[in-house]
Amino acid sequence: MTREPRDTARPPSELELGRRAFRRRQTARSVAIAVVSTIAFAVVAWFTILSTPGWERVQESFFSIDAAVKAWPRVIDGLWLNIRVLFFAVIGVAIVSLLLATVRTLRGPVFFPLRALAAGYTDLFRGMPLIIVLYLVGFGIPGLRLEGLGRMPAEFWGTIALILTYSAYVSEVLRAGIESVHPSQRLAARSLGLGYAKTLRLVVLPQAARKVTPALMNDFVAMQKDVGLISVLGAVDAVRAAQIETAAAFNFTPYVLAGLLFVLLALPMIRLTDWYTARMRVREQMGSIV
Amino acid sequence: MSARETVLQLRDIHKSFGDTPVLRGIDLTVTSHQVVALIGASGSGKSTLLRTINLLEPIDDGQILLRGEDISDPRVKADAVRARIGVVFQAFNLFPHLTVLDNVTLASRHVFRRARAEAEARGMELLEQIGLADKATEYPDRLSGGQQQRTAIARALATDPELLLLDEVTSALDPELVGEVLDAVRQLGESGTTIVMATHEMAFARDVADHVVFLDRGVIEEEGPPAKLFWTPSSPRTREFLARFLA
Ligand SMILES: Nc1ncnc2c1ncn2[C@@H]1O[C@H](COP(=O)(O)OP(=O)(O)OP(=O)(O)O)[C@@H](O)[C@H]1O
Ligand SMILES: [Mg+2]
Repeated sequence: MTREPRDTARPPSELELGRRAFRRRQTARSVAIAVVSTIAFAVVAWFTILSTPGWERVQESFFSIDAAVKAWPRVIDGLWLNIRVLFFAVIGVAIVSLLLATVRTLRGPVFFPLRALAAGYTDLFRGMPLIIVLYLVGFGIPGLRLEGLGRMPAEFWGTIALILTYSAYVSEVLRAGIESVHPSQRLAARSLGLGYAKTLRLVVLPQAARKVTPALMNDFVAMQKDVGLISVLGAVDAVRAAQIETAAAFNFTPYVLAGLLFVLLALPMIRLTDWYTARMRVREQMGSIV
Repeated sequence: MSARETVLQLRDIHKSFGDTPVLRGIDLTVTSHQVVALIGASGSGKSTLLRTINLLEPIDDGQILLRGEDISDPRVKADAVRARIGVVFQAFNLFPHLTVLDNVTLASRHVFRRARAEAEARGMELLEQIGLADKATEYPDRLSGGQQQRTAIARALATDPELLLLDEVTSALDPELVGEVLDAVRQLGESGTTIVMATHEMAFARDVADHVVFLDRGVIEEEGPPAKLFWTPSSPRTREFLARFLA
């Protein structure tokens, strides 16, 4: 970030030029110190690890290039399944959580049963560990032998379980966003003649969405790695594939490979979240330098 | 000017908050092209009265007639009534996520379902009129208080309301910004908009209003043309109030 004024009409004074030169020197110094200390730290860490007695064995069973190459096709296939599950789960969560959040903000005694139901739902699924939801949905519902649903694959039930759990979290985030929009905004919208639904859609939700975007992005990142849990139902995703490869080769490298792939998958979103949060902060603190 | 017809008629309006009576039998008639100023001490019920007219606050008793139609009837669609009345609040309440022009055109487009081009043409015309055409694409947080309040006035006017309610539109502004907003209101009054406004700006009420209503503890203590009310008030309470303000 540069704070140097861009007033081209007038050349800066001697004093200001001196200050700018000083700032440049300061910046160069800080960068140099950062580079040197990073290199020093990396070298020390590297030699410390290499000199541990077990390093050879660990390297062989966790970081074996051969094992990684062998496991690659299966793990990458599995990851593709994770991505597809993620895709449908995100759509499902968006719909269900928006519905839940809207229902929870409805006023009036008529809606009491709906509100109570939605509140009960969020309490239940926010409290219950995802893995238990996965077991109950993945093994419980097929056990009912419902017509037409009996033959659905494990990843289908995994997606449903993810939607059930994450909708509870996301709806709470959305609700907090909706309630953070000042009542005077609703008042102004209603006084223009906009009805309840239009006020929500045109005035409240757009403002709420802005406020909760960083939190939603975080939930998305969390979900990106939780899709790996569908492997407990037997779906052959990246985690399950790595497990199969590990068992076959007596080598843990496939797990490391799958883990790294998940990190790569999440990285763009993590960066984007950081960037967006920083941008919001800049906007909110416009005009102040502290 | 066309013949004067009754735009708004209040008949014996009562309103309490809990056990506190705030409006205690208000009767008032507003005719077309009239500018009515509501004055009175803080807490006398001016804002409450404006909110009941716009159906943002239900009344306990009485009748509100808008062009002869009883809008206090619960069967009347409140949204449709509100669309016919423009309101400007003390705190502007512009929508921060919309540009100035989008703020102004929101109701025309989404309540009156006018085409975007048509709504924006009318919106630009209004912004031109209040001197904000060059700010049309800015967001409200980039405007000064006076500019925000003038935007709010344009927003209230965008659907050509039959009645404009202004609630102390200058009291949140720095003194040097008050003038530009009052000028905008003055201009509206001269162009024939029917206005009911609550105000603490006595000099302004005296200059611009055709009819001044002094509200005192929930009743109309005195009303009349500004010259009469400000120079020869008949009620001692009015005299007392004015003395405090004009001192
Ligand atoms: N929502 C509410 N709940 C309870 N009491 C209220 C509410 N709104 C207003 N009041 C009370 O009603 C009375 C009249 O309020 P109102 O806002 O109409 O006064 P006002 O004449 O507009 O005053 P000011 O000049 O300060 O704006 C006040 O005593 C206030 O405390
Ligand atoms: Mg008030």
